[in-house]
Amino acid sequence: MDPRQERQVSRPEAGGRRASPGSVRRDFQPWNDPTAKPLVEFRNVTKRFGAVVAVDRLSLAIHQREFFALLGPSGCGKTTLMRMLAGFEQPDEGEILLDGVDITAVPPHKRPVNMMFQSYALFPHLSVGDNIAYGLKREGLPKAEIAARVEAMLGRVRLKGMEKRRPDQLSGGQRQRVALARALVKQPKLLLLDEPLGALDKKLREETQYELMDLQADLGLTFMVVTHDQDEAMTMADRMAVMDHGRLLQIAPPDLIYEAPASRFVAEFVGDINLIEGRVTAVAGDLVTLESKSAGVIELDEDAPSCRPGDAITVGLRPEKIALSHDEPGQANNKVAGEIWDIGYLGDMTMVQVMVGGDQGKLFKVSLTNRTRRIERPFAWEDKVWLSWDVEAGMVLAS
Amino acid sequence: MRRFGAFHLAALVAGFAFLYLPIVALIAYSFNASRLVTLWGGFSTHWYGALMRNQPLLDAAWLTIRVALVSATLATVLGTLAALALARYRVFVGRTLFSGMVMAPLVMPEVITGLSLLLLFVAGDVERGYWTVIIAHATFSLGFACIVVQARLAGFDRSLEEAARDLGATPMETFATVTLPLIWPAVAAAWMLAFTLSLDDLVIASFTTGPGATTLPMRLYSAIRLGVTPEINAACTIMIAAVAVAVIGASLLMKRDALAGR
Repeated sequence: MDPRQERQVSRPEAGGRRASPGSVRRDFQPWNDPTAKPLVEFRNVTKRFGAVVAVDRLSLAIHQREFFALLGPSGCGKTTLMRMLAGFEQPDEGEILLDGVDITAVPPHKRPVNMMFQSYALFPHLSVGDNIAYGLKREGLPKAEIAARVEAMLGRVRLKGMEKRRPDQLSGGQRQRVALARALVKQPKLLLLDEPLGALDKKLREETQYELMDLQADLGLTFMVVTHDQDEAMTMADRMAVMDHGRLLQIAPPDLIYEAPASRFVAEFVGDINLIEGRVTAVAGDLVTLESKSAGVIELDEDAPSCRPGDAITVGLRPEKIALSHDEPGQANNKVAGEIWDIGYLGDMTMVQVMVGGDQGKLFKVSLTNRTRRIERPFAWEDKVWLSWDVEAGMVLAS
Repeated sequence: MRRFGAFHLAALVAGFAFLYLPIVALIAYSFNASRLVTLWGGFSTHWYGALMRNQPLLDAAWLTIRVALVSATLATVLGTLAALALARYRVFVGRTLFSGMVMAPLVMPEVITGLSLLLLFVAGDVERGYWTVIIAHATFSLGFACIVVQARLAGFDRSLEEAARDLGATPMETFATVTLPLIWPAVAAAWMLAFTLSLDDLVIASFTTGPGATTLPMRLYSAIRLGVTPEINAACTIMIAAVAVAVIGASLLMKRDALAGR
């Protein structure tokens, strides 16, 4: 099939979502409700492989209808966590609850949890239709019901008319949808997706993200995605968890993870950031003043700051929160002079590297959105420029 | 491209002649009208007819086929199970020992395998005959079957089995609906290999058989001591055909399997 044709078909569906459940989504915050009963619960789960601790005393609650993303570098234990939910790995300590029932000892084929594998793991000897029907046949459902549910699922993932094909006669995107359909047709309480978009090219990946969100919202299912791609996690997830060395560093909605990271690792792992080391000189209400070697005196606004004068702290500053100008800004609380060392033009935006404090100083990353259509650049290499930012822009990071 | 020189051509012809001239001679003389093996008396299928009326030889052939069928099946089942254990459980106590022991019959001189089995049967007071030959053949062809299946399992994507489990299949269902259908070309190839090995075995059968259970190779061997007749040539030609079909079938299956595995 012509790939362009495929995309056109997908558009109305992708558009449909934006109109419907947006406002519902905004109020969806069961994790802030202390009376809500989570669908999945990890209680102090530890998993070791020999001397390596893959998952370390981890506790986590995922709620009904939530789109949860688990983000982390490779080897952080995120896949192990997912495989424990599917039943392929047994925790060494702790317990895993599904709907309040301890499933730690339940074998994979008896769990109401299904998984979409990273490699898709489609059965090469079965047709598309038989692949999707496989799980229903294991349940021993009547033939007519199986046929009807497979048919409905084929329509849902836009594979009508392809049920007779073998997996090796499909494109990458089609195979991905068969894998999704095969897991979804079982109507699992929880669908696990292991790097669901990893094998797709960029354009297809973006579209598929929205399709997955539509499916999840329409079917009212709970999704848990494991990924190392932060764009993917941030686009799709209601909440995401950043994981490293077998522990969860922060669990929060994507905007909070980005704008209020709990630690230096989270701040550096998700998005770009400038880090400034300094010593606190004064705390007056919410306003923290610090003295830094690389950027002089900095003021920042923190809700109920926990630092006291004399503390050594790290301040994080996102590149898009910094303004760049040739003339010295008059009003700004925070400003520092520097020289442009590098300009990276990316089309939609430009990433400028500014050296502050002479040749041995510190490089600041500043991103500029290219809002007007022009070729001549306002900034050039070796320009003397000023960086400035609001008191709200900086954030104190725990190391 | 390099030219195919006269030397290479000569080497090729000499090599093939060395390998196949005796067989070609055997086949050719099976169609000899003359009773004397060394004298060409014109083309005839007379000896094939005579073969069909030689009851002891036919009995031996029928026995050999039954032995090969049963022992190949036995060896394939056991060899597949051994291959699964070796491929699936990377770490278990005695894995290296087990792996080595499965492969040992491949390099063990047949005389030793035969003799040790004979001693075992004698010690166990087992009456030797049809079943002892089957057990002996299954024993030594098991290793071959195991190697063939193991090669296929080495490239097997385990997430396919996990997917089946995830979709609600018990371990047995997973094996029946996913694992076996995907490795069956290797299993079939292993069976054909075991069948061929059993069909043409003389040494081990001689050690382990008893009265009333003479296999075809044994019957032929004893007949030759009384002089080679075109009838024996005819019997051998039929055996060559059977073995060739099995070997070509096995290699085709393995090749198809390798292509499908990519």
